[in-house]
Amino acid sequence: MGTFTAEEMTAIWLSVKVACWATAVSLGPGILVAWLLARRSFPGRILLDALVHLPLVLPPVVTGYLLLLLFGRKGPVGQVLAEFGIVFAFNWTGAVLACSVMAFPLLVRAIRLSMEAVDTRLEDAAAGLGAPPWAVFLTVTLPLSLPGILSGAILCFAKALGEFGATITFVAAIPGVTQTLPAAIYGLTQVPGGDAAALRLTLVAALIAIIAVTASELLARRVRRRVEGRDA
Amino acid sequence: MLDLSLTHRIGTFTLTADLSIGPGVTAITGPSGAGKTTLLSLIAGLSRPSAGRIVLDGKVLVDTDSRTWLPPHRRHVGQVFQEARLFPHLNVRHNLLYGRLFGGRGRDGPTLDTIIDLLDIAPLLHRRPRDLSGGERQRVAIGRALLSNPALLLLDEPLSALDPARKAELLPYLQRLRDGTGLPMLYVTHQREEVAALATAWLRVEQGVVAMDQ
Repeated sequence: MGTFTAEEMTAIWLSVKVACWATAVSLGPGILVAWLLARRSFPGRILLDALVHLPLVLPPVVTGYLLLLLFGRKGPVGQVLAEFGIVFAFNWTGAVLACSVMAFPLLVRAIRLSMEAVDTRLEDAAAGLGAPPWAVFLTVTLPLSLPGILSGAILCFAKALGEFGATITFVAAIPGVTQTLPAAIYGLTQVPGGDAAALRLTLVAALIAIIAVTASELLARRVRRRVEGRDA
Repeated sequence: MLDLSLTHRIGTFTLTADLSIGPGVTAITGPSGAGKTTLLSLIAGLSRPSAGRIVLDGKVLVDTDSRTWLPPHRRHVGQVFQEARLFPHLNVRHNLLYGRLFGGRGRDGPTLDTIIDLLDIAPLLHRRPRDLSGGERQRVAIGRALLSNPALLLLDEPLSALDPARKAELLPYLQRLRDGTGLPMLYVTHQREEVAALATAWLRVEQGVVAMDQ
């Protein structure tokens, strides 16, 4: 199947970098939002739930366009951030933002489900032993929902790797800057003679996805055994 | 000393209590749904009374008049439940020491070694809860509660999930606990033989009314 061109390698590397960053920056907020939705009742809870799920139901192009309106050079948030030298528009960091937003519902969903499965009576028991709420979260809720956090993170990574619509709408597909793997594949299918290269990159995308999902399954199984104490 | 003076409404059910509980084991009996577990959850801080106050050793846990409310983790009320509720991701040793992470009441509580001796749990220390028998789990749960150095221990049918042989095995530990520590204990049970073996005082809860049985 031949070797990869420099441009193809750049697209692969950029995609992996963007997906890693998207997962890393989403994880903290994802855990927080999942916990709020799983364990707290507050005004606006339904609204938060809806907002988190919005990217799942909106056409990706719409999400990308909204990001452009908000975080673009002339957008209200983009203008403020530009003062501090933070620019998302037509920058790889913009791809990270787009991928994070698109993958966020999947991340939150996986973590929330596993947090809801944690027995609240264990949390009560911890409080009875003197643990303040933050400690109950760190020593009971969080470790017991670790399998879900892991699978959520991998889902997030896989989604970020494949994200196309919102990314290309928000930051376009500038080779070497914002042209991720899916964008490169799409570009290749639009030019004569690009089929072979498109197929090569498609195989790479499939390979990365399979490795990620398998790794997550193995890891999650191990963690689940540990958490449930079956290894002793 | 635990002083209770409260009314608690849940739907059409009303629980009332107006009494003082001293050291030793106070058995709490009564039919199912009479309010025994509700009473314990009010003392532990898992629910708030509609009106009234609970004072433990001079410390106000809750007082609806002065709007005082201590959250569960600041009450120093140890709990042992029907199911042990051990943390499945921690081994026995770390379960036992869990309460120690949060300092307890400041004054010296029992040491890990004392508790290990009292409950004979040395061989279990490195095991996970799921590898313990029901009786072993309850012993660890009791040890874990004691090591948090509580001012009061609540036991909600701690033996009811065990078979008769395991019950007989665990009762002597509870007697040692009663005789070896000055810790006041509230002990909910349906079993007369447990009351006979352990209780130094007896509370009856019937249709939401808590009263001392003389």
